Amino acid sequence: MVYAPSDPAAGPGPAAGAGPGGTARPLVTTKILIAGGFGAGKTTLVGSISEIRPLHTEEPLTDRGVGVDDVTGVQGKTTTTVAMDFGRLTLSDQLLLYLFGTPGQDRFWFMWDELAAGAIGAVVLADTRRLTGCFPAIDYFERRGLPFVVAVNCFDGAARHDPRDVAIALDLDPGVPVLLCDARRRESSKQVLIALMEHVLSWPDAGAPGHDARSPDRRGPAT
Amino acid sequence: MNPSAERWLDREAGPLVRPYARTRGRTRPAGEGFDLIAVVAATGARPGDRLRYSPDHVRLLRGCARPVAVADLAAEFGLPLGVVRVLLGDLRDEGLIAVVDTAAPAQGRPGRGVLREVLNGLRAL
Ligand SMILES: Nc1nc2c(ncn2[C@@H]2O[C@H](COP(=O)(O)OP(=O)(O)O)[C@@H](O)[C@H]2O)c(=O)[nH]1
Ligand SMILES: [Mg+2]
Repeated sequence: MVYAPSDPAAGPGPAAGAGPGGTARPLVTTKILIAGGFGAGKTTLVGSISEIRPLHTEEPLTDRGVGVDDVTGVQGKTTTTVAMDFGRLTLSDQLLLYLFGTPGQDRFWFMWDELAAGAIGAVVLADTRRLTGCFPAIDYFERRGLPFVVAVNCFDGAARHDPRDVAIALDLDPGVPVLLCDARRRESSKQVLIALMEHVLSWPDAGAPGHDARSPDRRGPAT
Repeated sequence: MNPSAERWLDREAGPLVRPYARTRGRTRPAGEGFDLIAVVAATGARPGDRLRYSPDHVRLLRGCARPVAVADLAAEFGLPLGVVRVLLGDLRDEGLIAVVDTAAPAQGRPGRGVLREVLNGLRAL
Protein backbone atom coordinates (compact mmCIF):
# COMPACT_ATOMS: atom_id res chain seq x y z
CA MET A 1 0.00 0.00 0.00
CA VAL A 2 1.70 3.12 -1.18
CA TYR A 3 -0.71 5.72 0.00
CA ALA A 4 -0.80 5.21 3.72
CA PRO A 5 -4.06 6.41 5.11
CA SER A 6 -3.81 9.28 7.49
CA ASP A 7 -6.27 11.38 9.36
CA PRO A 8 -7.81 13.69 6.77
CA ALA A 9 -7.95 16.48 9.28
CA ALA A 10 -4.40 15.97 10.48
CA GLY A 11 -2.84 18.50 8.20
CA PRO A 12 -2.46 19.70 4.68
CA GLY A 13 -1.23 17.33 2.04
CA PRO A 14 1.73 18.80 0.26
CA ALA A 15 0.56 20.59 -2.84
CA ALA A 16 3.64 19.61 -4.77
CA GLY A 17 6.70 17.46 -4.49
CA ALA A 18 5.97 14.18 -2.82
CA GLY A 19 9.50 13.79 -1.53
CA PRO A 20 10.46 14.33 2.06
CA GLY A 21 10.92 17.96 2.79
CA GLY A 22 9.02 18.84 -0.35
CA THR A 23 10.55 20.03 -3.55
CA ALA A 24 9.61 22.84 -5.84
CA ARG A 25 8.87 20.62 -8.77
CA PRO A 26 5.46 19.07 -8.96
CA LEU A 27 4.82 15.44 -9.62
CA VAL A 28 4.81 14.70 -13.33
CA THR A 29 2.70 11.85 -14.59
CA THR A 30 3.07 10.25 -18.01
CA LYS A 31 1.50 7.29 -19.71
CA ILE A 32 2.17 4.69 -22.35
CA LEU A 33 -0.46 2.43 -23.85
CA ILE A 34 0.12 -1.31 -24.21
CA ALA A 35 -2.15 -2.60 -26.94
CA GLY A 36 -2.61 -5.77 -28.93
CA GLY A 37 -5.03 -8.58 -29.55
CA PHE A 38 -6.32 -10.93 -26.92
CA GLY A 39 -3.56 -13.16 -25.60
CA ALA A 40 -0.78 -11.13 -27.18
CA GLY A 41 0.91 -10.60 -23.82
CA LYS A 42 -0.34 -7.21 -22.60
CA THR A 43 -0.94 -8.28 -19.03
CA THR A 44 2.34 -10.17 -19.01
CA LEU A 45 4.33 -7.18 -20.20
CA VAL A 46 2.79 -4.71 -17.79
CA GLY A 47 3.29 -7.15 -14.92
CA SER A 48 6.88 -7.97 -15.79
CA ILE A 49 8.07 -4.40 -15.49
CA SER A 50 5.75 -2.59 -13.10
CA GLU A 51 3.54 -2.87 -10.09
CA ILE A 52 0.32 -3.99 -11.67
CA ARG A 53 -3.24 -3.62 -10.45
CA PRO A 54 -6.57 -3.77 -12.20
CA LEU A 55 -8.17 -0.43 -12.95
CA HIS A 56 -11.94 -0.51 -13.20
CA THR A 57 -13.85 1.68 -15.50
CA GLU A 58 -17.49 1.77 -16.41
CA GLU A 59 -18.76 0.70 -19.71
CA PRO A 60 -21.85 2.60 -20.75
CA LEU A 61 -24.30 0.00 -21.89
CA THR A 62 -25.85 2.36 -24.38
CA ASP A 63 -22.61 2.32 -26.34
CA ARG A 64 -22.32 -1.40 -26.48
CA GLY A 65 -22.22 -3.15 -29.75
CA VAL A 66 -24.59 -5.75 -31.02
CA GLY A 67 -24.44 -9.29 -29.85
CA VAL A 68 -24.88 -8.49 -26.20
CA ASP A 69 -28.32 -9.67 -25.41
CA ASP A 70 -27.94 -10.68 -21.79
CA VAL A 71 -28.56 -7.14 -20.63
CA THR A 72 -31.61 -6.22 -22.65
CA GLY A 73 -34.13 -4.54 -20.48
CA VAL A 74 -31.52 -3.17 -18.11
CA GLN A 75 -32.58 0.33 -17.31
CA GLY A 76 -31.08 3.53 -16.15
CA LYS A 77 -27.54 4.04 -15.06
CA THR A 78 -26.57 0.44 -14.73
CA THR A 79 -23.22 -0.23 -16.28
CA THR A 80 -20.76 -3.02 -16.37
CA THR A 81 -17.31 -2.39 -15.10
CA VAL A 82 -14.36 -3.56 -17.08
CA ALA A 83 -10.88 -3.98 -15.71
CA MET A 84 -7.77 -3.05 -17.57
CA ASP A 85 -4.16 -3.65 -16.71
CA PHE A 86 -2.75 -0.67 -14.92
CA GLY A 87 0.94 -0.47 -14.14
CA ARG A 88 3.05 2.17 -12.50
CA LEU A 89 6.76 2.80 -12.74
CA THR A 90 8.33 5.27 -10.35
CA LEU A 91 11.12 6.77 -12.41
CA SER A 92 12.03 9.36 -9.81
CA ASP A 93 10.52 11.16 -6.84
CA GLN A 94 8.73 13.44 -9.25
CA LEU A 95 8.24 11.35 -12.35
CA LEU A 96 5.76 8.53 -12.73
CA LEU A 97 5.13 6.45 -15.82
CA TYR A 98 1.79 4.68 -16.05
CA LEU A 99 1.15 1.75 -18.34
CA PHE A 100 -2.38 1.07 -19.52
CA GLY A 101 -3.07 -2.32 -21.05
CA THR A 102 -5.80 -1.42 -23.49
CA PRO A 103 -8.34 -4.06 -24.36
CA GLY A 104 -8.29 -4.61 -28.08
CA GLN A 105 -11.88 -5.57 -28.66
CA ASP A 106 -14.28 -3.34 -30.51
CA ARG A 107 -16.53 -2.89 -27.55
CA PHE A 108 -13.80 -1.09 -25.65
CA TRP A 109 -13.26 1.70 -28.15
CA PHE A 110 -15.08 4.10 -25.87
CA MET A 111 -12.01 4.16 -23.64
CA TRP A 112 -9.33 4.56 -26.23
CA ASP A 113 -9.69 8.26 -26.92
CA GLU A 114 -9.26 9.08 -23.30
CA LEU A 115 -6.37 6.68 -22.90
CA ALA A 116 -4.61 8.06 -25.96
CA ALA A 117 -5.06 11.73 -25.05
CA GLY A 118 -1.76 13.03 -23.76
CA ALA A 119 -0.06 9.64 -24.02
CA ILE A 120 3.62 9.48 -24.88
CA GLY A 121 2.99 6.66 -27.32
CA ALA A 122 2.02 3.02 -27.54
CA VAL A 123 3.42 -0.46 -27.69
CA VAL A 124 1.52 -2.81 -29.97
CA LEU A 125 2.13 -6.41 -29.01
CA ALA A 126 1.92 -8.79 -31.93
CA ASP A 127 1.48 -12.53 -31.77
CA THR A 128 2.65 -13.95 -35.08
CA ARG A 129 0.20 -16.83 -34.75
CA ARG A 130 -2.65 -14.33 -34.80
CA LEU A 131 -1.25 -11.25 -36.44
CA THR A 132 -4.65 -9.83 -37.29
CA GLY A 133 -5.28 -9.30 -33.58
CA CYS A 134 -3.18 -6.16 -33.61
CA PHE A 135 -4.65 -4.59 -36.77
CA PRO A 136 -7.24 -2.45 -34.96
CA ALA A 137 -4.63 -1.01 -32.60
CA ILE A 138 -2.25 -0.16 -35.43
CA ASP A 139 -5.05 1.44 -37.44
CA TYR A 140 -6.10 3.46 -34.45
CA PHE A 141 -2.64 4.78 -33.57
CA GLU A 142 -1.86 5.60 -37.20
CA ARG A 143 -5.11 7.50 -37.58
CA ARG A 144 -4.56 9.31 -34.37
CA GLY A 145 -0.92 10.16 -35.02
CA LEU A 146 0.26 8.54 -31.83
CA PRO A 147 3.78 7.13 -32.17
CA PHE A 148 4.08 3.41 -31.57
CA VAL A 149 6.43 0.47 -31.81
CA VAL A 150 5.46 -3.10 -32.60
CA ALA A 151 6.80 -5.73 -30.23
CA VAL A 152 6.62 -9.26 -31.59
CA ASN A 153 6.06 -11.52 -28.63
CA CYS A 154 8.05 -14.72 -29.10
CA PHE A 155 5.71 -17.44 -27.96
CA ASP A 156 6.97 -20.97 -27.55
CA GLY A 157 6.17 -23.02 -30.58
CA ALA A 158 5.68 -20.05 -32.86
CA ALA A 159 8.14 -19.79 -35.70
CA ARG A 160 10.57 -16.97 -35.12
CA HIS A 161 9.93 -14.22 -37.56
CA ASP A 162 12.20 -11.64 -39.03
CA PRO A 163 10.94 -8.26 -37.80
CA ARG A 164 11.18 -6.97 -41.36
CA ASP A 165 8.71 -9.62 -42.52
CA VAL A 166 6.34 -8.62 -39.75
CA ALA A 167 6.63 -4.98 -40.76
CA ILE A 168 5.66 -5.92 -44.31
CA ALA A 169 2.83 -8.18 -43.20
CA LEU A 170 1.47 -5.35 -41.06
CA ASP A 171 1.98 -2.79 -43.84
CA LEU A 172 3.71 -0.46 -41.41
CA ASP A 173 4.99 2.93 -42.38
CA PRO A 174 8.73 2.86 -42.84
CA GLY A 175 10.36 3.97 -39.63
CA VAL A 176 7.97 2.26 -37.26
CA PRO A 177 10.28 0.11 -35.14
CA VAL A 178 9.53 -3.61 -34.95
CA LEU A 179 11.36 -5.64 -32.35
CA LEU A 180 11.21 -9.11 -30.91
CA CYS A 181 10.44 -9.46 -27.24
CA ASP A 182 9.64 -11.87 -24.46
CA ALA A 183 7.05 -10.09 -22.42
CA ARG A 184 7.70 -12.39 -19.47
CA ARG A 185 11.18 -10.98 -19.03
CA ARG A 186 11.54 -7.65 -17.32
CA GLU A 187 14.66 -6.74 -19.25
CA SER A 188 12.95 -7.46 -22.54
CA SER A 189 9.90 -5.39 -21.62
CA LYS A 190 12.19 -2.59 -20.55
CA GLN A 191 13.94 -2.64 -23.93
CA VAL A 192 10.57 -2.36 -25.65
CA LEU A 193 9.70 0.76 -23.67
CA ILE A 194 13.15 2.21 -24.32
CA ALA A 195 12.70 1.57 -28.05
CA LEU A 196 9.40 3.44 -27.92
CA MET A 197 10.97 6.41 -26.12
CA GLU A 198 13.81 6.57 -28.65
CA HIS A 199 11.28 6.42 -31.46
CA VAL A 200 9.17 9.19 -29.92
CA LEU A 201 12.21 11.38 -29.41
CA SER A 202 13.25 10.82 -33.04
CA TRP A 203 10.13 12.58 -34.25
CA PRO A 204 11.08 16.09 -35.24
CA ASP A 205 8.08 17.57 -33.47
CA ALA A 206 8.36 15.45 -30.34
CA GLY A 207 7.41 17.54 -27.41
CA ALA A 208 7.06 20.66 -29.53
CA PRO A 209 4.95 23.30 -27.83
CA GLY A 210 1.40 23.14 -28.97
CA HIS A 211 1.73 19.70 -30.40
CA ASP A 212 -1.55 17.97 -29.99
CA ALA A 213 -1.60 14.21 -29.94
CA ARG A 214 -5.14 14.35 -31.17
CA SER A 215 -4.32 15.90 -34.51
CA PRO A 216 -5.30 13.34 -37.11
CA ASP A 217 -2.93 14.39 -39.87
CA ARG A 218 0.30 12.80 -38.68
CA ARG A 219 1.01 9.69 -40.64
CA GLY A 220 4.30 8.67 -39.11
CA PRO A 221 7.82 9.86 -38.69
CA ALA A 222 9.16 12.24 -41.27
CA THR A 223 11.28 10.46 -43.79
CA MET B 1 -19.57 -4.80 -4.98
CA ASN B 2 -16.25 -6.41 -4.42
CA PRO B 3 -14.05 -5.40 -7.34
CA SER B 4 -11.04 -7.32 -6.11
CA ALA B 5 -12.98 -10.51 -6.52
CA GLU B 6 -13.64 -9.78 -10.14
CA ARG B 7 -11.53 -11.38 -12.74
CA TRP B 8 -9.11 -9.29 -14.70
CA LEU B 9 -10.66 -9.41 -18.02
CA ASP B 10 -10.67 -7.75 -21.30
CA ARG B 11 -12.72 -10.10 -23.34
CA GLU B 12 -15.97 -10.13 -21.48
CA ALA B 13 -17.85 -7.83 -19.24
CA GLY B 14 -17.62 -7.99 -15.50
CA PRO B 15 -20.68 -8.57 -13.41
CA LEU B 16 -23.43 -6.04 -13.67
CA VAL B 17 -23.03 -3.50 -10.94
CA ARG B 18 -24.58 -0.19 -10.13
CA PRO B 19 -21.56 1.98 -9.42
CA TYR B 20 -23.67 5.12 -9.49
CA ALA B 21 -25.59 4.02 -6.47
CA ARG B 22 -22.42 5.22 -4.74
CA THR B 23 -22.69 8.64 -6.30
CA ARG B 24 -26.44 9.08 -5.93
CA GLY B 25 -26.91 8.61 -9.61
CA ARG B 26 -24.40 11.14 -10.80
CA THR B 27 -22.21 10.06 -13.66
CA ARG B 28 -19.92 13.05 -13.96
CA PRO B 29 -18.50 15.60 -11.58
CA ALA B 30 -19.83 19.13 -11.57
CA GLY B 31 -17.35 21.46 -13.22
CA GLU B 32 -14.32 20.32 -15.12
CA GLY B 33 -13.57 16.63 -15.25
CA PHE B 34 -10.45 15.00 -13.90
CA ASP B 35 -7.86 13.71 -16.32
CA LEU B 36 -7.02 10.05 -15.90
CA ILE B 37 -3.50 10.84 -14.66
CA ALA B 38 -4.19 14.27 -13.20
CA VAL B 39 -2.55 14.68 -9.80
CA VAL B 40 -4.83 15.71 -6.96
CA ALA B 41 -4.00 16.53 -3.37
CA ALA B 42 -5.80 17.51 -0.21
CA THR B 43 -5.76 21.26 0.35
CA GLY B 44 -5.58 20.88 4.11
CA ALA B 45 -8.94 22.55 4.60
CA ARG B 46 -10.97 20.89 7.31
CA PRO B 47 -13.99 18.99 6.18
CA GLY B 48 -17.07 21.03 6.94
CA ASP B 49 -20.48 19.57 7.55
CA ARG B 50 -22.05 20.86 4.33
CA LEU B 51 -21.17 17.72 2.50
CA ARG B 52 -22.70 14.59 3.75
CA TYR B 53 -19.66 12.41 3.56
CA SER B 54 -19.96 8.85 2.51
CA PRO B 55 -17.30 6.38 3.59
CA ASP B 56 -15.99 6.57 0.03
CA HIS B 57 -15.53 10.35 0.32
CA VAL B 58 -13.61 9.94 3.54
CA ARG B 59 -11.42 7.20 2.13
CA LEU B 60 -10.66 9.21 -0.97
CA LEU B 61 -9.81 12.32 1.02
CA ARG B 62 -7.37 10.26 3.05
CA GLY B 63 -5.90 8.93 -0.15
CA CYS B 64 -5.22 12.51 -1.21
CA ALA B 65 -3.08 13.31 1.83
CA ARG B 66 -0.16 13.23 -0.58
CA PRO B 67 -0.34 14.15 -4.25
CA VAL B 68 -1.79 11.20 -6.10
CA ALA B 69 -2.96 10.45 -9.61
CA VAL B 70 -6.69 9.95 -10.18
CA ALA B 71 -6.13 6.51 -11.72
CA ASP B 72 -4.04 5.48 -8.70
CA LEU B 73 -6.88 6.39 -6.38
CA ALA B 74 -9.30 4.27 -8.39
CA ALA B 75 -6.95 1.29 -8.43
CA GLU B 76 -5.97 1.73 -4.80
CA PHE B 77 -9.52 1.77 -3.51
CA GLY B 78 -10.99 -0.61 -6.06
CA LEU B 79 -13.52 1.99 -7.18
CA PRO B 80 -14.53 2.47 -10.79
CA LEU B 81 -12.90 5.48 -12.37
CA GLY B 82 -16.17 7.30 -13.02
CA VAL B 83 -17.20 6.97 -9.40
CA VAL B 84 -13.86 8.33 -8.22
CA ARG B 85 -14.26 11.31 -10.51
CA VAL B 86 -17.70 12.16 -9.18
CA LEU B 87 -16.60 11.85 -5.56
CA LEU B 88 -13.45 13.88 -6.19
CA GLY B 89 -15.70 16.53 -7.73
CA ASP B 90 -17.63 16.71 -4.47
CA LEU B 91 -14.41 17.08 -2.50
CA ARG B 92 -13.19 19.78 -4.88
CA ASP B 93 -16.47 21.66 -4.57
CA GLU B 94 -15.91 21.72 -0.83
CA GLY B 95 -12.37 22.99 -1.25
CA LEU B 96 -10.93 19.86 0.27
CA ILE B 97 -8.88 18.73 -2.70
CA ALA B 98 -7.44 20.45 -5.75
CA VAL B 99 -5.77 19.40 -8.95
CA VAL B 100 -2.05 19.99 -8.57
CA ASP B 101 -0.40 21.82 -11.42
CA THR B 102 2.05 19.54 -13.10
CA ALA B 103 4.86 20.36 -15.46
CA ALA B 104 3.22 18.31 -18.18
CA PRO B 105 0.21 19.56 -20.09
CA ALA B 106 -2.96 17.67 -19.35
CA GLN B 107 -3.77 16.86 -22.94
CA GLY B 108 -0.89 17.38 -25.32
CA ARG B 109 2.04 15.02 -25.27
CA PRO B 110 4.76 15.75 -22.71
CA GLY B 111 7.58 18.05 -23.72
CA ARG B 112 11.03 16.91 -24.81
CA GLY B 113 12.54 17.41 -21.39
CA VAL B 114 10.05 15.08 -19.77
CA LEU B 115 10.41 12.55 -22.61
CA ARG B 116 14.18 12.48 -22.08
CA GLU B 117 13.70 12.01 -18.38
CA VAL B 118 11.39 9.07 -19.00
CA LEU B 119 13.96 7.52 -21.34
CA ASN B 120 16.77 8.01 -18.84
CA GLY B 121 14.59 6.72 -16.04
CA LEU B 122 13.79 3.55 -17.98
CA ARG B 123 17.47 2.98 -18.81
CA ALA B 124 18.32 3.30 -15.14
CA LEU B 125 15.74 0.71 -14.04
N1 LIG C 1 6.21 -18.09 -24.48
C1 LIG C 1 5.69 -16.89 -24.16
N2 LIG C 1 4.49 -16.82 -23.57
C2 LIG C 1 3.99 -15.60 -23.26
C3 LIG C 1 4.70 -14.41 -23.54
N3 LIG C 1 3.95 -13.36 -23.16
C4 LIG C 1 2.81 -13.87 -22.64
N4 LIG C 1 2.82 -15.22 -22.68
C5 LIG C 1 1.75 -16.09 -22.24
O1 LIG C 1 0.65 -15.91 -23.10
C6 LIG C 1 -0.58 -15.92 -22.41
C7 LIG C 1 -1.39 -14.66 -22.68
O2 LIG C 1 -0.69 -13.54 -22.17
P1 LIG C 1 -1.46 -12.29 -21.54
O3 LIG C 1 -0.40 -11.38 -21.01
O4 LIG C 1 -2.49 -12.73 -20.59
O5 LIG C 1 -2.13 -11.66 -22.83
P2 LIG C 1 -3.16 -10.44 -22.93
O6 LIG C 1 -4.49 -11.01 -23.26
O7 LIG C 1 -2.64 -9.61 -24.07
O8 LIG C 1 -3.13 -9.70 -21.64
C8 LIG C 1 -0.23 -16.09 -20.96
O9 LIG C 1 -0.39 -17.44 -20.62
C9 LIG C 1 1.24 -15.72 -20.88
O10 LIG C 1 1.91 -16.42 -19.87
C10 LIG C 1 6.00 -14.53 -24.19
O11 LIG C 1 6.69 -13.56 -24.46
N5 LIG C 1 6.43 -15.77 -24.46
MG1 LIG D 1 -4.72 -9.42 -20.37
